[in-house]
Amino acid sequence: MKTQIREMLAQYASLPSAATLDDDADLYAAGMSSHGSVQLMLALEDTFDVEFPDNLLNRRSFSTITIIEQTVNQLVAGKEAA
Amino acid sequence: MDVALNAHGSTLLERARRVAGIAGQHADDVDRNARFPREAVDALISERLLSIQIPVTLGGEGATTAQIAEACTVISQACSASAMVFAMHHIKLSSLVSHGIDSPWHQSFMRRIVDEQLLIASATTEGGIGGNMRNSICAIEIDGDTCRLQKDATVISYGRHADAILITSRAHPDAVTTDQVMTVFTKDQYTLERTNEWDTLGMRGTCSEGYLFKGEAPKEQILPKPFAEIAAQSMLASSHLLWGGVWYGIAVNAMTRAQAFVRAAARKSPGQTPPGALHLAEASSLLQQVRANVTAGLARYEAALAEPELLSSMGFSVAMNNVKIAVSQTVPKIIDHAMQITGIMGYKNGTAFSLGRHLRDAQSAQLMISNDRILANTSNMLLVNKIETNLLG
Repeated sequence: MKTQIREMLAQYASLPSAATLDDDADLYAAGMSSHGSVQLMLALEDTFDVEFPDNLLNRRSFSTITIIEQTVNQLVAGKEAA
Repeated sequence: MDVALNAHGSTLLERARRVAGIAGQHADDVDRNARFPREAVDALISERLLSIQIPVTLGGEGATTAQIAEACTVISQACSASAMVFAMHHIKLSSLVSHGIDSPWHQSFMRRIVDEQLLIASATTEGGIGGNMRNSICAIEIDGDTCRLQKDATVISYGRHADAILITSRAHPDAVTTDQVMTVFTKDQYTLERTNEWDTLGMRGTCSEGYLFKGEAPKEQILPKPFAEIAAQSMLASSHLLWGGVWYGIAVNAMTRAQAFVRAAARKSPGQTPPGALHLAEASSLLQQVRANVTAGLARYEAALAEPELLSSMGFSVAMNNVKIAVSQTVPKIIDHAMQITGIMGYKNGTAFSLGRHLRDAQSAQLMISNDRILANTSNMLLVNKIETNLLG
């Protein structure tokens, strides 16, 4: 999934450097804007057929590739359990 | 120490009212000559109101944002430029108090603010970035224990009159434009070369001139948090709420003048409703909307302070943006009603009902951080953040 997230970061969040970023690198420090983060969220929602609840819509939830993957996995698991 | 009382037994409100008394005497002169409201700021210093926000442990009074907003409203009814200087000073302090509290240099600087009643300005805009303070072109350079910065700061409100400046820049020369830090420079550590005048429609006393800033300071004066966090967690809310307090004060004073006009007319013709009375009623409903927006925003901020996740959530940003939009759009409407009520007496300068300064000062509300920029930001967040469906939160 990390590869997919990297591709989406490059495509939707205007972060061409995503391919070479560490899993734990701060995406905001790498140049992701709040506009870019929303575009990324929309792409993630569409690709993984999930919806981010409001309590996950904060800077931290989208701050690194690792955290994004955890968040999406958690939502996908929640959807399957339902 | 109880924040409500200072050593002389005055409440915060009484101290703010004394400042307002002095600010009001000079408001027209400050406005006419676009000069710094020196008398009002000296009064803020003698009432020790410049350090009320600083925690009690560092010698301050630990005042809440709501208490500071109330003082903004009181002072703004007399002179909105003075109140805006006071508000902006406390917006900078909120960054220091929220993000410098664990840093020894910033702690001792906050003690200095208390002892010397220092006035703090900021430089967040820059030539070439179009007013978006979340981007910087200039970069701070660290050389051993020293940091150096040069910035084409298009606006530094009351820059020439400040004792220190909080200034944003890229975190290092290789950083992307959004990777920013904020650094405190004290007056002895920088030079300002004026590049822009401040001859404006309103808010003339804030003296928000442009400068070429050149500073050099020990590197420990860089705030230890990324500026993105500072902007989201302390500046966003404190700006919109304290500005809201100032703008509400302008509207309140316009309404006070309009009501005095209507009451005088009513006394002259008992039994008849004066022509302006309906306008007054309509405007009082708008005034209440502004007040409700600001106070609800203050309550929401106080609640979010206990939960850092809430503070950086989209829902909170949307709510604070909405306070700014609603208040800045409504206050000019209230003043317009007041002008309809007072007629030529409100239109003329130098009467007890004059509203020209109010009208001009209030126009700044939609422009200082342009409402278009804020609406664009909110509309982006609303692509994912849901509309709140309950009434009480």
